[in-house]
Parts: sequence; structure tokens; C-alpha cells
Amino acid sequence: MSSIGTGYDLSASQFSPDGRVFQVEYAHKAVENSGTVIGLRGKDGVVFAVEKLVTSKLYEPGANKRVFNIDTHVGMAVSGLISDARQIVETARSEAANYRAQYGTNIPLKYLNDRVSMYMHAYTLYSAVRPFGCSVIMGSYEADGPVMYMIDPSGVSYGYYGCAIGKAKQAAKTEIEKLKLADLSCKELVKEAARIIYMVHDELKDKQFELELSWVGQLSEGRHERVPPTVFAEAEKAARAAMEDESDSDTDEM
Amino acid sequence: MFRNQYDSDVTVWSPQGRLHQVEYAMEAVKLGSATVGLKNKTHAVLIALKRAASELSAHQKKIIPIDTHIGVSIAGLTADARILSRYMKTECLNYKYSHDALLPVSRLIATLGNKMQVCTQRYDRRPYGVGLLVAGYDDQGPHIYQTCPSANFFDCKAMAIGARSQSARTYLEKHLDEFPNSETDELIKHGLRALRDTLPNEVELNTKNVSISLVGKGTLFSVFDEDTLARYLAMIEGEEKRSSQPESGGDAAPLQPPEEDSGPQDPQPATAMETE
Amino acid sequence: MACGTPHDMFSANPLWHNGPIPGGFYNFPGSKTAPLYSGAQRFHTPVTTGTSVLAIKCDGGVVIAADILGSYGSLARFRDLHRVHKINENTVLGVSGDYADFQHLQQIIEQKVISEQCLDDGFALKPRSLLCWLTRHLYYRRSRYDPLWTNFIVGGIQDGQPFLGTVDKLGTAYEDDHIATGYGAYIALPVMRDELAKAKQSGQPISKEDACKVLERCMTVLFFRDARSFPKYEMITLTEEGYEHHGTKTVKANWEIAHMVKGY
Repeated sequence: MSSIGTGYDLSASQFSPDGRVFQVEYAHKAVENSGTVIGLRGKDGVVFAVEKLVTSKLYEPGANKRVFNIDTHVGMAVSGLISDARQIVETARSEAANYRAQYGTNIPLKYLNDRVSMYMHAYTLYSAVRPFGCSVIMGSYEADGPVMYMIDPSGVSYGYYGCAIGKAKQAAKTEIEKLKLADLSCKELVKEAARIIYMVHDELKDKQFELELSWVGQLSEGRHERVPPTVFAEAEKAARAAMEDESDSDTDEM
Repeated sequence: MFRNQYDSDVTVWSPQGRLHQVEYAMEAVKLGSATVGLKNKTHAVLIALKRAASELSAHQKKIIPIDTHIGVSIAGLTADARILSRYMKTECLNYKYSHDALLPVSRLIATLGNKMQVCTQRYDRRPYGVGLLVAGYDDQGPHIYQTCPSANFFDCKAMAIGARSQSARTYLEKHLDEFPNSETDELIKHGLRALRDTLPNEVELNTKNVSISLVGKGTLFSVFDEDTLARYLAMIEGEEKRSSQPESGGDAAPLQPPEEDSGPQDPQPATAMETE
Repeated sequence: MACGTPHDMFSANPLWHNGPIPGGFYNFPGSKTAPLYSGAQRFHTPVTTGTSVLAIKCDGGVVIAADILGSYGSLARFRDLHRVHKINENTVLGVSGDYADFQHLQQIIEQKVISEQCLDDGFALKPRSLLCWLTRHLYYRRSRYDPLWTNFIVGGIQDGQPFLGTVDKLGTAYEDDHIATGYGAYIALPVMRDELAKAKQSGQPISKEDACKVLERCMTVLFFRDARSFPKYEMITLTEEGYEHHGTKTVKANWEIAHMVKGY
């Protein structure tokens, strides 16, 4: 990034001489400082897992969740500035409500993704505003199967089988790529997702974190919801066990 | 002199993905006098340290009632707090008018957060330079929320914000497990002790510079009068004050603003963006 | 120059420039409010309507009933129209009046419930809140001379206690332990009142089963007396044990005496 500090990186409405919009790239950085979030799309649904970093023990457990319900059938997991993300959640919810008011059916995720990504993109066009400091993943289970999209601060969005955002997105992506996503069911994915979050968590830099797990799929009858406590406990237990196995094998090698 | 070129507007991201203007606004909270909030199973308490602008002036009010079930304690720019509290009052009234019920605390805080966020994303606004501790009681019991200029908010077991509040937080963390089961009187005593830990050696808590409020099951939000205040202050009188230790972290804003003639200083934000 | 017509370059300035206009209010710093010459007539007659809804508080809950007819004037147009709806786990809503107006409100209420579920914060719309919200809405509309032609009964469990309230198309709202809308307010209410008085004398709150029987009797009477009624009706109970839909019931009518009715 040789043009940093040359004065072409102070406004979202300005290109640098080599054709980049630095303010958008910097907004991406805000996401990369945040806890890891992954989304997995399996054969019968979508699963979200979040590494929610906890900075003080004075906070109530379970506060400031990073997985949101947008509508009964749509879930959203966010990484980056949580206050920015809540604004996007608000927008997505009103878009979903709007669609229902006009057409009387649940909004298809394709359309919701279109509307939300256009909203985020609008904030990359003007010097009077700044781009959103967050990326969001949306998932739903529709008549022809599960769907998942990710939108980044630039407003660009793609559909994904598996995606990761936040601090350890590289490590998480590597793990996700090992999975045969198209063959896995939500029940299996929940365990994989929990394991990946536990694995990529950096214990030295960030001490405490809370795991969040949610799904939308056949199991939940197309509703997006937090996974039931028993499923959650099981997945978290398995993830912890996997971590211990790994550290054992590390010491063996030594 | 090095000058940070990314810190003049809230609309500018720094190359590290930080918003310096927002971080500076977070510093404003530390210029305000300290305030403490804590709760047990039925009640939530706010305790604040009040300052007087001069010998001749009265102490500045720190606790603002919002509705019968919610009140806030402020640290930072009082004028900004008045705007936010007026908004919160209006929201509570509107909900009461349209739903004949008290607005759940978590929902009030969430709408407040969204209102505050807008000011962190637009060129023509600045973030609200005030931190709030919100005490409330609803169907889900007592709550203590903390809000920040960054439009972040936290559901807390107990919290302290404002000048030298790190000492109070240290106290709260140490006694965290005792709060849920303590009697309300005991809870208030804990709060007073935490607040006392933020004081410099020569200052003492008294009925003029302390404000206590309580809300909870069967208790409408109220700020204690001086007689009640004196009763509670007497309860912790004579206890040994914790030896004042050097402040940890960048939290040691002076009790009074810095001298006028110290000249312009380089901005040194102490808080990193709370993206975590 | 006539007052109120704009003057042109050929005519002199009006005698009192910026002065008051007849019929208009004069606000001191110069701004005027024009007199309200314009007006709009609003056509308002209900089209597809439902008749009475009956509801009664019982031990630990409420019972609510309404027939399933949608009338088109005096024509029995729709014969499977549901007028008692579950809103959430602790609230039911019964409606009489214009069905389209109701559907409009129903859509808004459903979205309210969905939005609330999305928050996932453990709070759910309570019956008193719904009644209040409906009251504000209906009163607002009638104050704009554009009322929604609907009467509602809201029933449910409010903080562990049975709740029953009603609001009409003018925004008049009240709570009671027995409520009937439409023709039922004249025909069924006295029956319900009698039964509740009996229960009160015995010192026991009326049981769910007995309350259902009272409403069954009321629905029968209404079928005999109300020209816009129908023999098929729905009955719903909402108690601490939960929501129960008793299915579509049919009034047991005896037509053997029909031949004795003479004189029309």
C-alpha cells in the first residue's frame, strides 16, 4: 500500500492515482480486528458460528450477541464494529418487513442480499459518510435448499458454500475447505463450526470468548434460531475435546 | 511535530481500521467524574460522584430519571447527556402511550445505540461525548447497562465509568460474586466503597458530592434525599480506605481539566476501537 | 378586489397587505393559515362484515367465540371466515365489522409479532399492550374522519391473570370480564351477565367448561335472533394451560316448530 499517507486515502469519494479507494480498504481492516465469524452451508441448512470476544468480566454473559434474526427465516452473523452492524441489521429487518407488506411472502434471500448490499455500497460513494466497519453473512433455507451470502464493507456480495470473516479468517477458511460441505447436515456442521472457532481462537491475544451457534434449515423447519442448549453443549464439549487432543499430539511430537 | 492525519473526522478510517474521532470521544467520558452501577437479584443501584464548577456553585446533577423504572447516571459532556436522556424519556413515554406498558430496558438501550451510531458515521455530526450507566427494572429483573460514545453498549453485572474509575472497577471485580445475593443496603455500601476508591487522598464522600439512586422490584426509580444519603454514608464511615495505588491503564484523567496554558497537546487516544 | 384572489400588476395592493383573511387565523409574525375551503368527502360503509364476537373470563383464562360468516350486506357471502385469531402464546384477538379493514390491521399486527420474535429478547406482546395499540390506532383514524370499521375483543393472559378488553371503531375501549360486540351486545350480554352473577354468588370463578357452555348458549340465541348470523362458529380458550381451539361447532337448531310460526 505505497499510496498510504499521500492524501488520497482520506475520503471514500476519492480514488488514489492507482485506482483504489483506500477508505474502503481501511474499513476492511476494522473487520479484520474483530472476532472470527464463520458460515457453513450444508445439504439441509446453514450454520453460523461466532467467536465473541469478551473484554471484561463485569459484562453479563450472553450480552452483545453477534448473530441476529432478520426475519423468521433469515439469520445474520456479523463481524466488525457491532454498533455499525446493528444499523445494518435494522435496515435488513425493515427490508424484510417491507417485502412482506408488499408481496405477502417471506423475502427470498437473493433479494434481501441485493437490498442490503446496495445499502452498504451507498456508504462507499460519498465523502460525507464513511463505509461500514463490518462484514455480514446472511443465511436462509428456502424451497430449493439452503442459501448463504456474505457482504463486505465495500458492498460487494457473493453467495458462498463456506465463508469466514474476522481476525482468523485465513485459518478458518483453510479448515472450512477441508470439509465436504455439500454432504454435511446441520447437526454435523454445528460440531465442525464449533471446532473451527475453538481452533482459530488465539488464547494469547484474546483470553476470554463466548461461542455463539445458530442454524436455519430443515431441522428448524426453515426458521433461523440459536441451536438448542443440548446441541450447543454437545458441540462445545466436542470442540474442547478436539482442542485437547491437538495439544496432546503437539507435545508428543516434541 | 507528528500530526495524525486520520483523526479529524468521524468519516475517516485510519489505515489500521480505527476511527480516531470516536476514540477521542471515548476520552470525554474519562473527563467526567466517576459513577458506579451495580445490582443484586431484585434491585439496581447507581452511585455518582458530583462536582462543583466552583466554590460558589452547586454540585452538578449526575443522575437523571428517565421513567418510573429507568434512570441514568452520566460521565462526560452533561449537555450531550441531556439530549440523550430527553430522547430516552420520549421513547419511554411513547411506548407507554401506545402500549400501556413500561419499555423493556434492553429495547430502550438498543434504540439508543442505533441513534448514537448515526453520529459516528456522518461528516456533519460528532459522536456524543458522554458515557451512561443505565439502571432499570423490568419483567426480566434489574439491569445495569453501560453506553459509550462509540454507540457500543454493554449489559453489565456491575460497572464504573468516569475519571479514575479503574479503581472502582477493580473493587467491583473483586466483589462481583457477592452482589447477586446481597441485601440492597449491602449493595449500596459496596457501591459507595467502589466510588470511594476513585477519590484522591484529600477528598471524602459527603452528602453534597454523592448521589445515590435505586430502582427495583416494588421500588420506583428515585434519587435519595440528603437524609437518606447521610444514613448510607454513615454505614461505611470509619472503614479503612483502601490505600490509593497508582492508576493502571490510561484511565487516570485528572479530576480537574488540565491547565489552560499547557498548550496544545498531541492527541493520544488510550482506547483502541472496540471491534472485539 | 375580492378577498382571497391573487392581485396582479394592474390592481392596487390590497388595503391591508399581509392582513388576515376572513375565515383564516392570523398568526402574529406574518404567516397565515388559509381557511379550510377545500374538503374531502369520505365514503365509508363496511362491505364484507362479520357479526358478533363473544368473550368471557373464566377460571385462569378466557373463552372467546364468533361465527364464521362473512356477510355482504344481507347476503351470506363467505361461509368459512375466521374471526378469532391467535396472536401469540398469551393473546387472542376477535373481530367484528369490516373484514378488509381487519385484514389490514392483522397484517400490521403479524409483522409486529414477527419483529418482536426476531429481537429474541424474551419479551412478547401482552394483551393489554395490544388493546392499547389498537385503541390508539382506531382513535387516530376516526379523528382523521377515516375510521377503520372494526370492533375488536382482545383476550389473553396478562402477567398470569386473565385479561379481556374491547375497542370499537371510534376508539372507545374498556376492560370487563364479559364482552360482546355487535348484536351480541344486546342479545348475549344479559345472558352472560346472569351466568357470571350466579357464579359470583357461589363464590367460585366460573370454570372453563361452564364458560364454554355459556357461550354455546349465547351463540345459539344469537343464531336465532341475529339476521346476520350463522350456525357454524369457532370457539377458542386461552388459559394458563395454553391455547386451545375447540374446532368449528354447529348450533343445534330445532326447525320442527317452524310451521307454527305464522303471521308474516
